[in-house]
Amino acid sequence: MIFSITPRPASLSEFFWFNAPDGGEVASLLSTTLWMVLGIFVIFTIYMVFSAFSWAIHKLFIDGRNKANGYTSLKTVTFGDESAVEANRFASVASVVAIFFFWGLATGSSLLGPIQLPAPFLGKTSFEYTAINSYGETDKGTVNLLVHTFDDKPVLEKANNIATGFARDSAIKVRERRTALLSAKKIGAKETDGFKIIEINGIAIEPNQIVNFGNGEVLLTAKGSMQIRPYDGMTMEALYLPAPEDVWKSFLRLNKEGYTNVGLWENVFWSLIRVVLGFTLGCLFGIPLGFAMGLSNWFRGWFDPIVEFMRPVPPLALIPLIIIWFGIGEQGKISLLFLAALWIMTIAARAGVSGVNISKVHAAYSLGASKRQLLMKVILPNSLPEIFTGARVAMGVCWGTVVAAELVAAEKGAGKMIIAASKFQLTDIVIIGIIIIGIIGFAIEVLMRKAENRLIPWKGRG
Amino acid sequence: MSGLNINDVSMTFELPNGGSVEALKNINLSVQKGELVSVLGPSGCGKTTLLNILAGFLAPTDGIIELNGEIVKKPSSERGMVFQQGALFEWMNVSKNIGFGPKMKGTPQVEIDAKVAELLDIVGLQDFADKMIYEMSGGMQQRVALARCLANDPDVILMDEPLGALDALTREKMQSLVLDIWKKTGKTIILITHSVEEALLLGERLIVMAPRPGRIHKEYKLPFAELGVGADLREVKRHKKFGTTRDEILNMIWNMEEEIMGRAES
Repeated sequence: MIFSITPRPASLSEFFWFNAPDGGEVASLLSTTLWMVLGIFVIFTIYMVFSAFSWAIHKLFIDGRNKANGYTSLKTVTFGDESAVEANRFASVASVVAIFFFWGLATGSSLLGPIQLPAPFLGKTSFEYTAINSYGETDKGTVNLLVHTFDDKPVLEKANNIATGFARDSAIKVRERRTALLSAKKIGAKETDGFKIIEINGIAIEPNQIVNFGNGEVLLTAKGSMQIRPYDGMTMEALYLPAPEDVWKSFLRLNKEGYTNVGLWENVFWSLIRVVLGFTLGCLFGIPLGFAMGLSNWFRGWFDPIVEFMRPVPPLALIPLIIIWFGIGEQGKISLLFLAALWIMTIAARAGVSGVNISKVHAAYSLGASKRQLLMKVILPNSLPEIFTGARVAMGVCWGTVVAAELVAAEKGAGKMIIAASKFQLTDIVIIGIIIIGIIGFAIEVLMRKAENRLIPWKGRG
Repeated sequence: MSGLNINDVSMTFELPNGGSVEALKNINLSVQKGELVSVLGPSGCGKTTLLNILAGFLAPTDGIIELNGEIVKKPSSERGMVFQQGALFEWMNVSKNIGFGPKMKGTPQVEIDAKVAELLDIVGLQDFADKMIYEMSGGMQQRVALARCLANDPDVILMDEPLGALDALTREKMQSLVLDIWKKTGKTIILITHSVEEALLLGERLIVMAPRPGRIHKEYKLPFAELGVGADLREVKRHKKFGTTRDEILNMIWNMEEEIMGRAES
């Protein structure tokens, strides 16, 4: 009644359509998030326990032996003094070892030797079932189970079926971590009236109940068939996460043979060359644009709207438009990277110009410099630190963008390799791709920093 | 007419709220060639504005500046400037900083090198030619700034609190250096400072400015600069007249600041 006297809500809906989320959707969103919080907490705690363990080892065996020396060791106040905090390299190494350890543990890696989580059952096992017929007679049958790996294609031996009663023996093969359905018809329900399974290994079972037979469990379905699930262990399946040594083997194979007729490093090369070209184009146009914006009212006014508008648009949001305009060829990708780098470099160069101390400009003019000389000899070198910072950011963004663009459309490239492999569930190749992309991104950052230290040693010391 | 003439210069800044501030009002001053003039005053008296007008970075709202008969309109290499700090080019070494002016004019490199070597000698940085600016202390940086300014052989050297950021000991040494350079080169130097002692030491003429509106309050003719050349500056400071003049000026500035405070409070 209250709403009916205010016409606003009704008329607003004519302008935009927003389905208010119902309580259930929101509740499920919140509960998912809460479960994630719990999961993250558990994972983090396990990782930190490992960290504490490594710390204890370090404290006991390493720290005592070579006492730190130098100025920092004499500081009595270190907690809160950022300059006294230095990355403990033992911790870094231990942290990486820990990640590989958990990876190996979760995948049942052979690298860990005897340290193993329970693996899924493999090989032969059997259980006995008891069935009853409409006359109330019972009979026992044996089910022989052969559990094999994904790669293995074993030939099933026929069950030694010397039928004495109405419950027949059966042999069945099943892949590890999968279930097999043994139909009641196969073991006697066709010929026997009222055929019903009542016991597994002597333990009573009802439809929709589960009985453990040692190496797995049996679920009696509502229709009276047996769904057999061999014990699936606590490790992850290679489909979700392959073991480190398997990834390494895939890496070696990938190195030699490539994937989909493209070499691994060929893919990386294509991604890199796109980044370099797009980034270079971005610098070529962005830096002069930034200078123009930093030096002239007109250019600042002219370009301000577009720069301020384009800056917060993530390059990934442009991918669909770029594909519509340029198709999936190289031109589109280079354009995308150009746009990703352009605004960053423009803003960096503009900031570089505005960062010039006015005393330096005055000094240069008083020393007789012309406008052109001021630009080339003072403003340009003075803005190099800002430009370099921008270039580092732009390189990082370009590298991320190229991978994403290749995920959408490419013939060659690191992103293309990942997405193609993921369609065939080749998780090992996906992981190799991710690791290589990470390493190259890191290498780019390190190289840029090295170049920065060499080319602009005065940075931060003006 | 030779020398520097400041004719009836006024400077009024418009404020965004519609008001205006008279930073300078009817300044008249003539500086002869080779004079060493120090300008002193409380903050807000317009002394830096005056220097910026002399350098050509600002155009006065009224009046003109003449140097050797020519009207000053924009910055030029005949009016060299030494800034407080941060005006050196960090991406160049000491020699290149000093040689910047001649290089901009297209002087042959051989001549630049000779000039730089001579100036390094004058400011006492013979062994630092290849050092980078960020590797040097504040005092040494100001020596480079002095040398860079001298390299252009300007008619007038304008100094905007060049020693303001230095510690007391370095400052004393630099004061001697400024006097030496003045005597050796015979340049006209106009120096702005807010240290009364420095103004007394480094001024044949001392101009005291007063604020609101910025104007010349009083002018002194002093012997201390002449006495200080090549001498111990501490000796000069012990001069009886040095003490009395210092106290007189300190009182003067004290009263000006009191007046400003009083006006602000009422």
